[in-house]
Amino acid sequence: METMNIDDKKEHQLKLLQETVKKAYENVPFYKKKFDEIGVKPEDIKELKDIEKLPFTTKTDLRESYPFGMFAVNEEEIVEIHTTSGTTGKPTVSGYTERDIEIWGEVIARAITMADGTKKDIIQNCYGYGLFTGGLGIHHGGYKLGATVIPISAGNTNRQIEILKDFQSTILTCTPSYAMYLAEVLEKEGIEKEDINLKSGIFGAEMWTEEMREELERKLGIIALNIYGLTEVIGPGVATECKIKKGLHISDDHFYPEIINSKTKKTLDEGQKGELVLTTITREGMPVIRFRTKDITSITWEKCECGRTTPRMSRVTGRTDDMLKIRGVIVFPSQIERALLKIDGLSPNYQIIVTRPGNLDEIEVKVEATESLFSDEMKEMEEIEKNIALQIHKEIGIRVDVSLVESESLPRSEGKAVRVVDHRKFD
Amino acid sequence: MNIKQISVFIENKEGRLKKALETLGNAGINIRALSIADTTKFGIIRLIVSDNEKAKQQLQKDNFIVKETDVIVVEIPDKPNGLSIILDLLDKGEINLEYLYAFTSNKTEQAIVVIKLEDVEKGIKYLEEGNATLLSQEDIDNL
Repeated sequence: METMNIDDKKEHQLKLLQETVKKAYENVPFYKKKFDEIGVKPEDIKELKDIEKLPFTTKTDLRESYPFGMFAVNEEEIVEIHTTSGTTGKPTVSGYTERDIEIWGEVIARAITMADGTKKDIIQNCYGYGLFTGGLGIHHGGYKLGATVIPISAGNTNRQIEILKDFQSTILTCTPSYAMYLAEVLEKEGIEKEDINLKSGIFGAEMWTEEMREELERKLGIIALNIYGLTEVIGPGVATECKIKKGLHISDDHFYPEIINSKTKKTLDEGQKGELVLTTITREGMPVIRFRTKDITSITWEKCECGRTTPRMSRVTGRTDDMLKIRGVIVFPSQIERALLKIDGLSPNYQIIVTRPGNLDEIEVKVEATESLFSDEMKEMEEIEKNIALQIHKEIGIRVDVSLVESESLPRSEGKAVRVVDHRKFD
Repeated sequence: MNIKQISVFIENKEGRLKKALETLGNAGINIRALSIADTTKFGIIRLIVSDNEKAKQQLQKDNFIVKETDVIVVEIPDKPNGLSIILDLLDKGEINLEYLYAFTSNKTEQAIVVIKLEDVEKGIKYLEEGNATLLSQEDIDNL
């Protein structure tokens, strides 16, 4: 599938798309209503491009169908349920049939294979187990491949390190920020990368940067690869990075991707940056049609050096709802992260707080202090704050107020850091 | 004779100083001297304690950022001008003083000053030549 001829694949995708749209229309009242409103019928899908005639689905739509309104099969067919964390409101629910779980395992097995994983490998899976899709998603993938999965879940760092050493785990799966934290603790405890046996890491569930990749690879002696996905579509595994590291291969035999301009909602051409829109074309339990991910990326269909013909999306550089406009200037949290990573010994754990005390936006960046940059002298600490502010200023062109905060003090949710707090009121 | 001082980074918000001190208290660590430097956003607690290793370990376990720094501890007569004599000695050696804080003990008539210098070794040399009384870790433990 991953190296399929593009024309054959298009034919295959069209067939699957037609089936999905028909099933969604017939079995999910939400889709029937939406389609009828704009007068589009499943039969109108005659070629892949016709997908543009279909209405979008948003997170709000899924929330309004809470809990099981989007399921396209009888509840007895559903074998597993996951939800989002619900940090921004009511969680969205995702239901899987047995075949959906198989597909999920398949796409994640592709990610593990890309990270040189085989059935001989030991995967230390520190994504959270539970309703969060990270833990069980990787678990299904490892199982599909026949590798050994250690379901250690998130947290308990001492235990993680003990298992890393004792079980000689070869592949690490977690959020990049947790991997960074693990690397720091290993360093602090004097455990060398030779004492552990990691060869690769599959990191996702939050945005990260090339600088962070280099740091993780150096500190842990691994190949660090990116994985992308979202609960609404299936979970992690929608797109996975190969060792060439030139974008994430979208498993488009299951998820059909488009890039749109989030304002005009028009489909953009290959290579143009915009919002990623995904349609599941094999999912039974909960098909989603033209789901607006809010993630900003671009797609290339050029064949990858690794031989795969699947389209590749670039690293997600921001979210349409993460995008901040500060005094009229567009700022992405990832830019601030990039600035922080330029400073030696700084942790990439930060939080951006935007306020508007009068008529002018103020931006405060809280950064967790680390042992390596802590000094007992006030002037040095103030110097560090100034330097951080300067690096951020260089990156985004706006002066910010930097505050060093205690380590582990910034809020995290399911291993995902809460990066932006916007106190401005716009109504 | 240099002494290890422990510094702790704390945010300038409710309860953080108390939390750090409780961590030490619960571990049975005695604080000999303490000073706090602060801005509106954060503070640095500087401490001379009875058991550095244990103090450091316990604080780190509670997620505090901790650092050990070399300082010198000098005994000075607890009377007017007592400190000037010491500062004169440092002046002579052109040794920059980063900060200092003082405390007293009921076991001695003297005041005790913790001094952080830019050049600790040179400071010790000048103070010893000037017959100042530098305290060792053992002296401090016995205070």
